[in-house]
Amino acid sequence: MEQIITSVLTRTLIAGTPLLLGTVGEIISERGGVMNLGVEGMMAVGAVSGFAVTYTTGNPWLGLAFSMICGALFALIHAFVSISLRANQVVSGLALSMLGLGISGLWGKPYIGKPLAIKMEAVNLPYLRDIPYIGEIFFRQDPYFYLSIILGAGAWFFLYRTKLGIVVRSTGENPRAAETQGINVHLVQYLCVMAGGAFAGLAGSHLSIAYSKSWIEGLTAGRGWIVIALTIFSMWDPKRAFTGAYVFGGIFVLQYLLQPLGISPNFLAMLPYLTTLAVLVFYGLSLEGHRKMHAPAHLGEPYKRGER
Amino acid sequence: MLRIDISPRENEKPLISNLILAASLLAGLAAIGVVFLAKGVNPFFAIYKIFSGSFGSMYGFKETVTKSIPLILIAAGLTIAYRGKFWNIGAESQLLAGAAAATWIALTWAASLPAWAAILLMFTGGFIAGALWGIVPAILRVRFGINEVISTLMLNYVGAEFIKMLVIGPWKGKTQFGFPYTDDFPETAQLALLGNSRIHFVTLIIALAVSALVYVLLFRTRFGYEVRVIGENQEAARYAGIDFYRTTIIIMIISGGLAGLAGVGEVAGLHHHLTYPESISSGYGFTAIIVAWLSRLNPVTAIFSGLFFAGILVGGDAIQISLNLPAATVNIFNGIILVFLIMGEFFQKNSVTIKLQGAKWNR
Repeated sequence: MEQIITSVLTRTLIAGTPLLLGTVGEIISERGGVMNLGVEGMMAVGAVSGFAVTYTTGNPWLGLAFSMICGALFALIHAFVSISLRANQVVSGLALSMLGLGISGLWGKPYIGKPLAIKMEAVNLPYLRDIPYIGEIFFRQDPYFYLSIILGAGAWFFLYRTKLGIVVRSTGENPRAAETQGINVHLVQYLCVMAGGAFAGLAGSHLSIAYSKSWIEGLTAGRGWIVIALTIFSMWDPKRAFTGAYVFGGIFVLQYLLQPLGISPNFLAMLPYLTTLAVLVFYGLSLEGHRKMHAPAHLGEPYKRGER
Repeated sequence: MLRIDISPRENEKPLISNLILAASLLAGLAAIGVVFLAKGVNPFFAIYKIFSGSFGSMYGFKETVTKSIPLILIAAGLTIAYRGKFWNIGAESQLLAGAAAATWIALTWAASLPAWAAILLMFTGGFIAGALWGIVPAILRVRFGINEVISTLMLNYVGAEFIKMLVIGPWKGKTQFGFPYTDDFPETAQLALLGNSRIHFVTLIIALAVSALVYVLLFRTRFGYEVRVIGENQEAARYAGIDFYRTTIIIMIISGGLAGLAGVGEVAGLHHHLTYPESISSGYGFTAIIVAWLSRLNPVTAIFSGLFFAGILVGGDAIQISLNLPAATVNIFNGIILVFLIMGEFFQKNSVTIKLQGAKWNR
C-alpha cells in the first residue's frame, strides 16, 4: 500500500510537470493581455524539436534549450498576427494549434519508433534522496521537475514582486493607461507571448526527452487544452497553477489506477474539463465574480496604439 | 528610409477585398510550398497532387463532395454564431451529440418504422441533441458570464469522452466481435448513397437548403439583424432593446443543431454505427471554423469554401499515401491558410502604404 501511494505521488508530480510549465507560460501571456489558444501546437513543436536535437547530438540539455527557442519563435506567429495585425486572438490561436500539430507531425515522422539512447536522467539529489518516502517522491525526479518549480515560483515573483511584473500586469489590465506611463505595449505583449511559447516548448520537450523518451504523433494528447483550462482554474496566478497542475496530473495517474476498480477512465478523463467548468460556474454565481477571478481586464482585445 | 503608413479603409470595396482574399490564399499556398521544400518534396508537385487528388478525378471529386457535407452544415451554423460574436468552437462535440442521438433512435425504433419516418426522426433527434449540447455554453455565457471559447472547448472533451464511454460500455454492439462499435443500424436507418459514391445526398440537399435558409435568416429577417447588431456593437444592441439572452440562446440552438445534423449524416450515411469520436469526425468541427472564416461569414459562400477545404482533406489523404507524409500534414494546410486569411483581413480593413526613398507602393 505504501509503495502504491509513493508511486502515485511520484507519478503525479511527473504528470503535473508539463502542465505546470505550460500553464505558467500561458499565465504570463494572458497577463500581458494576449490569449493564446495555440498551446497544444507550441507544445508539439517543442516536443519534436527537443527530441530531434537530443537524438542528433545526444545531449538532452541542448534539446531542452532548443525546444524553448523553437516554442518562442513559433509563438511569434501568433504575436505578429494578433498584436501587430490585431487579428482575432481566438482564431489566430486555433490556427497556431493546427499548424503546430501539422509541423510537428511532418518534422517528427523520421523519428517515430526510434527511442532515445541518452535521455534526461533523474537528478538523484545526494542525502535528500535517502529520506524515506519523501526522498523517493521529491528528490529522484528529472531536472524538468525542479526547473518547473523554480520557473513557476520565479514567474510568481516576477509578476507580483518586480517592477517589470507590474508593467506586464498593467499592460493586460489597461494598455491605454500603460502607454501613457511610457510603456511600449506591443513590445511587452510580444515578449509575453514569446515567453509563453518558450514555456510551452519546454513542457513539450519534457514529454519527449524525459517522460516518454520517444516521439509519436499526438504525443501532447490534449495537454495544451488542459493548460488553457488550468490558466483559468488558477485565476492567472502562478501560485495556484501549482495546485491545479498537480491535481490535474493526479487525475491522469488515477485514470489508469482506478480502471480495474470499475471507475470509467473516460469519466476520469472528463474531470479536468468538468472541474474547470464547475470552478467557472462557482465564480460566475457571484455578481462580482469576474473581478474576484482577477482576469486581466483587457484580455483578448487587440490594442491599437494612439487610439482613443 | 522605410516608412509604413497604416490607415483604416473608409469603406471596403468588394473588388479590393476579393483581390486581397485571393492574394492571401496564394500566399498561403506559397507558404505551404516552402514547408514542402524544407521537407525535400517538390512543392509544385505536392500542391498539384493535392488538387488533382481531390478535384482531378471522378473518384476524388465524389469524396470531396462527401466530405464537404458536414463542413457546409457546420459552417452555416458557425456563420450565425460568429456574426453574433459568439465564438462557438464546440461544433466537434455538437456533431457527436447529433450522431449519438441518431444512433439511439436508429437502434431503438428504426427497425419498426418505414425508412422515411426513421430518417426524419433521426435528423430531428440529431438537431435537438446538437442544439441542447450547444445551449449549455450559451447559458453559461448569459447566466454566469463564462467565456464561450473556454466552455465550448471544455465541452468538446467532455462530449468526446462520453461517446467513448458509451461505445466501449453500455452501447457496445453484441454483433461487433468486441470492437468499440455500436450494433449496425437497421436498413431503414441508413441513408441512400448516390450511384457508386459515398455521397449521402439527403444530407447534401439538407446542407444546401440550410445554407440558403441561414442566409435569408441572417440578412433578410429581424432576428438576423439583431444578431448582426449584437456582433458589431453590444452596447448599441442593448440600447436598441435587443434581448441578448434570448438571441444568444437561439444562435446556439441553430449553430449546435446544424452541427448535430452533420453528425446524423455521418453515422446514418457512412458509418452505420457509432464508434470512437476521431473516426466519426476527422476534425470537421474545427475545419468548419476555417470554412466559415474563408466565406467571410456568409453561409452561401461557405458552400464553396466548404468544397475547397473538403478538397484539401481528400487531397491531403492522397499525398499522404503517394508522398509518404504523416496524417497531420493536413493540419499544416489548415493552419497556414487560416493564418494567411486573418493576416489578409488586416489589409482588407486597413490600407498600408510603404514609402521607400520617394518610391511608393500601395496596397
